[in-house]
Amino acid sequence: MSASTQAAPTPASPHTTEKTSWIDAVVRAREVSLIGVLAVLVIAVSIAEPRFLNAQNLRDILLNVTIVGLLAVGQTIVVITRNIDLSVGSILGISAFATGIMFADHNVPIPLVFLGGILFGAFFGLINGVMVAWARVPSLVITLGTLYVIRGLDFAWAEGRQINAADMPDGFLSLATTEVLGFPVLPIFTIAAMVLVGVALGRSRMGRELYAIGSNPDAAVLAGIRVSRRVLGAFVASGAIAGLAGVLYASRYGTLDAVAGTGIELAAVSAVVVGGVAIFGGSGTVWGAALGALLLTTIRSALVILQIDPFWDQAIQGALLLAAIGLDAYLAMRLARELRKRRSANRV
Amino acid sequence: MTGSDSSVSIGFCCFEGEEPQINQQSTPAEITTPIIALKGASKSYGAVRASRNVSIELRAGEVRALAGENGAGKSTIVRMLAGVQRPDEGDVLVDGDVAAFHGPADARDVGVAVIYQEPTLFPDLSVAENVMMGRHPLGSGRRIDFRALNRTVKELLDRLGVKLDPEQPVKGLSIADQQIVEIAKALSFDARVLIMDEPTAALSGHEVERLFGVVRTLKERGAAVLFISHRLDEIFAICDTVTVLRDGEVTHDGRTADMDTDELVRRMVGRELSNLFPKLDAEIGQPVLKVERLTREGSFVDVSFEVRRGEIVALAGLVGAGRSEVARAIFGIDKPDAGTVTIDGVELKPGSPTQAMKAGIGLVPEDRRQQGLVMEMSIERNMGLTRLQALRNRLGVIGLGSEARNASDWATKLQLKFQKLSDPVGFLSGGNQQKVVLGKWLATGPKVLIIDEPTRGIDVGTKAEVHRLMSELAGDGLAVLMISSELPEVLGMADRVLVMHEGRIARELSRAEADEENVVRAATGQVAA
Repeated sequence: MSASTQAAPTPASPHTTEKTSWIDAVVRAREVSLIGVLAVLVIAVSIAEPRFLNAQNLRDILLNVTIVGLLAVGQTIVVITRNIDLSVGSILGISAFATGIMFADHNVPIPLVFLGGILFGAFFGLINGVMVAWARVPSLVITLGTLYVIRGLDFAWAEGRQINAADMPDGFLSLATTEVLGFPVLPIFTIAAMVLVGVALGRSRMGRELYAIGSNPDAAVLAGIRVSRRVLGAFVASGAIAGLAGVLYASRYGTLDAVAGTGIELAAVSAVVVGGVAIFGGSGTVWGAALGALLLTTIRSALVILQIDPFWDQAIQGALLLAAIGLDAYLAMRLARELRKRRSANRV
Repeated sequence: MTGSDSSVSIGFCCFEGEEPQINQQSTPAEITTPIIALKGASKSYGAVRASRNVSIELRAGEVRALAGENGAGKSTIVRMLAGVQRPDEGDVLVDGDVAAFHGPADARDVGVAVIYQEPTLFPDLSVAENVMMGRHPLGSGRRIDFRALNRTVKELLDRLGVKLDPEQPVKGLSIADQQIVEIAKALSFDARVLIMDEPTAALSGHEVERLFGVVRTLKERGAAVLFISHRLDEIFAICDTVTVLRDGEVTHDGRTADMDTDELVRRMVGRELSNLFPKLDAEIGQPVLKVERLTREGSFVDVSFEVRRGEIVALAGLVGAGRSEVARAIFGIDKPDAGTVTIDGVELKPGSPTQAMKAGIGLVPEDRRQQGLVMEMSIERNMGLTRLQALRNRLGVIGLGSEARNASDWATKLQLKFQKLSDPVGFLSGGNQQKVVLGKWLATGPKVLIIDEPTRGIDVGTKAEVHRLMSELAGDGLAVLMISSELPEVLGMADRVLVMHEGRIARELSRAEADEENVVRAATGQVAA
């Protein structure tokens, strides 16, 4: 029964590419469809209320998306590895407060404050990463814990103190108001981080390994990828980015206390999911995540300008999240059915 | 594909006291130092000794077969050579020196490429990235040059003679194509050692030919190859030497030219098959379970059969042939797309395990630890799980007494070996755990019992007991549907054998017709009747 003597072997498995192509198209087009939704939204709202398109409002949207967008970029790195980082809200909070303290009590120069905020965030990310990578406890639980612990530290440190704009240098606060060639400075940080992370994830070996880990952790080990080290790195990066977001938060709002950024981690996770980053890892891009953040922020702005009760803001964000998850589930189901069908078609 | 099912293997272990025969003929290859070797390697998983004092040497220009039945310890050897696991005792030698592999990366760095039984791919990533993960060609600024990546992989796939788009995500590929990606991956770095654990299971004849061509080329270039296959003819077709394993030990090491198929089977099995499974003749009665034209797209098509009182029917076939899927659909875990299941003439509602249980079906699943038992829970609790309604007292609460009584009744009947019934079921050996699962279902007084891989991972002694038990149950009038990948078990236990191939029942064989060759041929799709 040698394979070579076999008469009429089973038809060679068809290596079809055309059948998956439409599915790929939809999946890959997540960024495109987000832009489409965004465009429809902007056009509809500006027809109803032309003020929506004025320069001031657009600038506000950009400034508002700066911080949650930055967190979404960091969150993407972690989610791609089939993990989640819920602690970013508290890391942002404590980093923002640290920023205030550095200015108010120690007169630290601005560039060093940026560096300090980033390192501060990276430190907390390291703690998360060590626990997730080596204690092998799900990151959902670990970072839920650190979310509360870090917020607690923040409260203990602040002791009810509030730092105001007056305590911080004008050069720092003006980052939120200055423009370079008509473009506000603050979002440039987010865009820079997005491009940096986007290229790292898409075009570096390390980045591709993060996708591999999220796509199939067991296979990643067999492929010789140092999974623990990579996952640790992802959490450090997320922490560092949340630290940077804290510094930007201080610049943008000027008033800092221990509750800064409470709950923003969920907005970041929503943005990531709406942006098409698979919550079970392995796929998605920072571009999508950033677009997700932009979409959610634009909706909020539209509601304000249309004078709709802000209550709807949360309801719509939630609905959008469900729609995104529903779309992903639907696509996965379609793909699974397609595959099953194709497999039965192969069997003659 | 579900689980870590392995193949139809040929042979069954038993203690016969045959001494290992190491054939020490001098061949030219023996003069060279082996590229990689295991020396006196032992490995245990808990109480199971998967490898005992195994020595195996892979030399340049040699294709070596690793033969043995399921559970003989083949995959453990692969894992040790691949750096996935370290031996508890003994060493891995690379070029004659002791090497401490801390992970698969270390093995890869000395040139060991492995094709695992199950595809180990990244579904979200492209074919090209799967092949070259961690070794992407870099362009300027250490950024990945995707064009070069796709070109390299395209060339590799062309060499294998397959038309696969390197940019396509692996998610959409058939199992055979995924296996080809695995092969391409192993070939993509110039491996000095290629280890293939059942690489051909999912491949068509044409693709197997291609693979063998590649193996021969590698051999000529001086690579060492370790080849595992359930198809014995393949072993004789491309292997120079063979190491035979039984129960974790090497029982033979010699040249394939010096032996034939019969001898190989004998060395793997060690005893006449017919004496192993004394299925008692039971009076075969009326059909109880009737499956008609059952279809679930992508899993199985048009499956019809019946199982009668007192009968053991085996579903045989290769991994992924759809056997477990049929069982799941009968029991209502998965909803079939078409077809019916009837018990004693009453049609079952599709997709309802509750109703299946009520109608009298019991399912002993393939994966005992995950699906059959709650490992942390006590023996008595586990036994009572299927009978929570019946064990309630008047207050609607499960009395501890009734649970213990139920459990001790069944423990006696099944000759369960245990310390205390309140011990967690995880304390028991594999065979005794399986008895608990059986007891749990038997306590419901089923008419039909579906048993998926009844003796997987069970030691030899208890295996025979499980078989005796199944035989007795059939004798008492139970209809048994058994899924088994172990051919001797199928041949020994079944009154009838249904061989599945790629989702269809390819052949039905009576006890008299069923022999190793018929079953293997039908399972591998080599006969059309």
